[in-house]
Amino acid sequence: MSATRTESPGETLSGAQIVVRLLERQGITTVCGIPGGAILPLYDALSGTDKIHHVLARHEQGAGFMAQGMARASGKPAVCLASSGPGATNLLTAIADAKLDSIPVVAITGQVPKAMIGTDAFQEVDTYGLSIPITKHNFLVSSAEELLEIIPRAFEIAASGRPGPVLVDIPKDVQTQRIEVKQWPEPGRVLPAPAADEAAILKAVEMIAAAEKPILYLGGGVVHSGAAELAVSLAEKASLPTVMTLMALGAMPVDHPLSLGMLGMHGARCTNLALDECDLLIAIGARFDDRATGKVAAFCPGASIIHIDIDPSELDKIKTAHIGITGDVTEVLRALLPKVQPTLRKRWLSHVSGLKSQHPLQTPGIDDPRTHYGLISAVAAALDDEATVTTDVGQHQMWVAQAYPLRRARQWLTSGGLGTMGFGLPAAIGAALAEPERTVVCFSGDGSILMNIQELVTAAEEGVNVKVVLLNNASLGLVYQQQTLFYGERIFASKFKAVPDFIKVAEGFGLRAVDLDKAEQPRVALAEALNAPGPCLIHASIDMNEKVFPMVPPGASNKEMIGG
Amino acid sequence: MNAITQNERNALTRAVLEIDVNNHAGVMSHVVGLFSRRAYNVEGILVMPVGSGDTSRIWLLVNEDQRLPQMIKQVEKLEDVLAVRRHGADHAVFERMEEFFKA
Repeated sequence: MSATRTESPGETLSGAQIVVRLLERQGITTVCGIPGGAILPLYDALSGTDKIHHVLARHEQGAGFMAQGMARASGKPAVCLASSGPGATNLLTAIADAKLDSIPVVAITGQVPKAMIGTDAFQEVDTYGLSIPITKHNFLVSSAEELLEIIPRAFEIAASGRPGPVLVDIPKDVQTQRIEVKQWPEPGRVLPAPAADEAAILKAVEMIAAAEKPILYLGGGVVHSGAAELAVSLAEKASLPTVMTLMALGAMPVDHPLSLGMLGMHGARCTNLALDECDLLIAIGARFDDRATGKVAAFCPGASIIHIDIDPSELDKIKTAHIGITGDVTEVLRALLPKVQPTLRKRWLSHVSGLKSQHPLQTPGIDDPRTHYGLISAVAAALDDEATVTTDVGQHQMWVAQAYPLRRARQWLTSGGLGTMGFGLPAAIGAALAEPERTVVCFSGDGSILMNIQELVTAAEEGVNVKVVLLNNASLGLVYQQQTLFYGERIFASKFKAVPDFIKVAEGFGLRAVDLDKAEQPRVALAEALNAPGPCLIHASIDMNEKVFPMVPPGASNKEMIGG
Repeated sequence: MNAITQNERNALTRAVLEIDVNNHAGVMSHVVGLFSRRAYNVEGILVMPVGSGDTSRIWLLVNEDQRLPQMIKQVEKLEDVLAVRRHGADHAVFERMEEFFKA
C-alpha cells in the first residue's frame, strides 16, 4: 500500500495535532499519562479527538505500567505520556521494566522549549540522556516535520525484531510549531525478521533426532512471537519434556503431560533435576537469565544446546550454543516442525514422569483457601482460562507462578527481568483497558501494593474489571525469607510495624473491598467478589513465616535446592 | 624498555573498531554508553563526518577482552549504527594520531 492522502492536501497543523493524528492513524485508541506544563500542547490536541481515550494515571510510573499492561495483553505497542522533568523521571522505572522484558511501549514526553534546553530551565531534565540505556531507541525531536518520520518509526522499532520501549521527547515549541502537512506517512508496522539459516535448522533437526534426553526450554520470546501453539506442537511431535521461564508461563498449559512448569530458582525439584540430566537443551526465545539457570557452569552440564532467538546478541551471551539460530521463533518453528521426525522417546518420558511423581512441587494447604497456595487455587477455581493474571513482585509472585494453572499465552503478566514492585495494579488496569471483556486478577502483596496504591482511584474512575487479591503477611516477605535463610535470621527492615487497613484504603479510593479474614465462607465470598463487575480489592492475611520453596540459594547450582 | 615495542604490545592486547553511524546528536552517547555501563574502558575515540555529512565514522581503540564479541553484537543492534568492522590494534588510524598525543 502506498502512502495515502486521507486528509485534504495542504492542511496546516501544530506538532501536537500531528502527533495525535499519527497516533490515530497508528490505531491507538487508549493512552495513559499525566499532563504538565511541557506537554500541555499535546494534551490540548488530545482534547480535540474522540478517537483516543486518555486514562489519567495518578503517578507517571502508573501510566507507564498501564501502557505495559495494554502491550503485554494485546501484543501491540501501547502509549504512555508524561511531562518534562519529574514526569519523565517518574516514567523511567516502567520503561526500564519494559526493556528487560522486551515489551513494545512508546513513551512520549514533553520537553522544555528548544531554546531553553541546557539552561536548567524549570522542570528540565536530560530525558534523552537518561533514557538511552533503558530504551530500545529514543528520539529528541527538533522540528514538527520530523514528527512525521519519528512517530511511525517509533512504533516500527518498538514492535519489530525483539520488541522494546521507545521514547520520543518533544520540546514544547515543536509541539506548537505549525506546518503544512501534504502527505501522511504509513503507520509504523512490524518489519519481518531476516530469514533463519536453513542449514542450521537442518542440523537442529538432526540433533533433536539423535538426542536421548532432550528438554525444550521456552522463554518470553515464544509469547511475544505468538509461537506458543507451534512450540507445543514441536514438544508433542518430538516428545520433548518442556520447561518454561517466568516470562513464558502459559505458553504450554501447565497440565499438559509434557509440561514441567517453571524452571530455576523457584522451580519444582523434578524440573531442575530433569534439566540436570538432559543431553539436549532446545532454548526458544529464552535468554538464560540467572534466576532460570542458577550457577551457569552447572546448568544442564551434559547438554548440547540449540538456541533460537530473534536477537543475535542473545546467542552465546551466557551459554555457548552448539547450534545458534537467529530468527523469529514462529518462522523458525514453522521451518523446523515438518522436518522433525515423530519420536516416542518412551524411556526418557517415563524417567521424567518418575521424577515428577518422586519430586513434585509441594503445595501444602492448597485445599485451604486461608493459606497462600489455597487462596491462589481458590481464585483459579472461581475463574476460567479467559481471565488474565498479573502480579506484583515477591513471594506472592512466585507462589502464583508455581500454583496458578496458567494455560494461555498472554494470560500471565508479570515483571520478570527488572522485578519491579508496584507493577501489578497498573499493569492490570492496562490489561483490562486493552481487553475489557476479560476479568483481570492482580495478585499483590502488602509491600508491593503500596508502591502504586494511588492507581486504585484510576481503577475506580475507569471502572475497569480488575480484582486485586492482596496477600498480606505484614512484611516484605521475600526479604524476610532471605534474611531468615541466608543472613542468620537477622531480620531487619523487612517486618512492617504499621500496616494500613487495606479495606478502608480501598474503600477510600472508591473500590469495593472484601476481607476474606472475616468471611465465614471464604470460597463463596471470593467467588462473589471475583464475579461481580468492576474493580474490587480482596484482602487475605497469610502467615509471615511461609516461604517460597524450593529455593536455589543465590549463586548456587539449580541442583542445590532448599526445601520443597 | 624491553624486547617488544609499544605498537607490538598494543597489537597483542587491543583492537580497533570502525563503526559507521548516522550523524546526529546523541549517537556517540549510545555507542560509548554500551561500553561504560559494562565498565569497559574505551582507550581511544576518533569521529568525523563522512561524505555529505549524513553519516559519521567512529573509530574506537579498546582493550581485547572476552566480552568484545558481545560488545560488537550490542553495538550492531543500535538503530543508528550502520556497520561495525573489527581491526587489529596496528591499524594506521590510531598509529598516525600518536604524534598528537606525545607527553
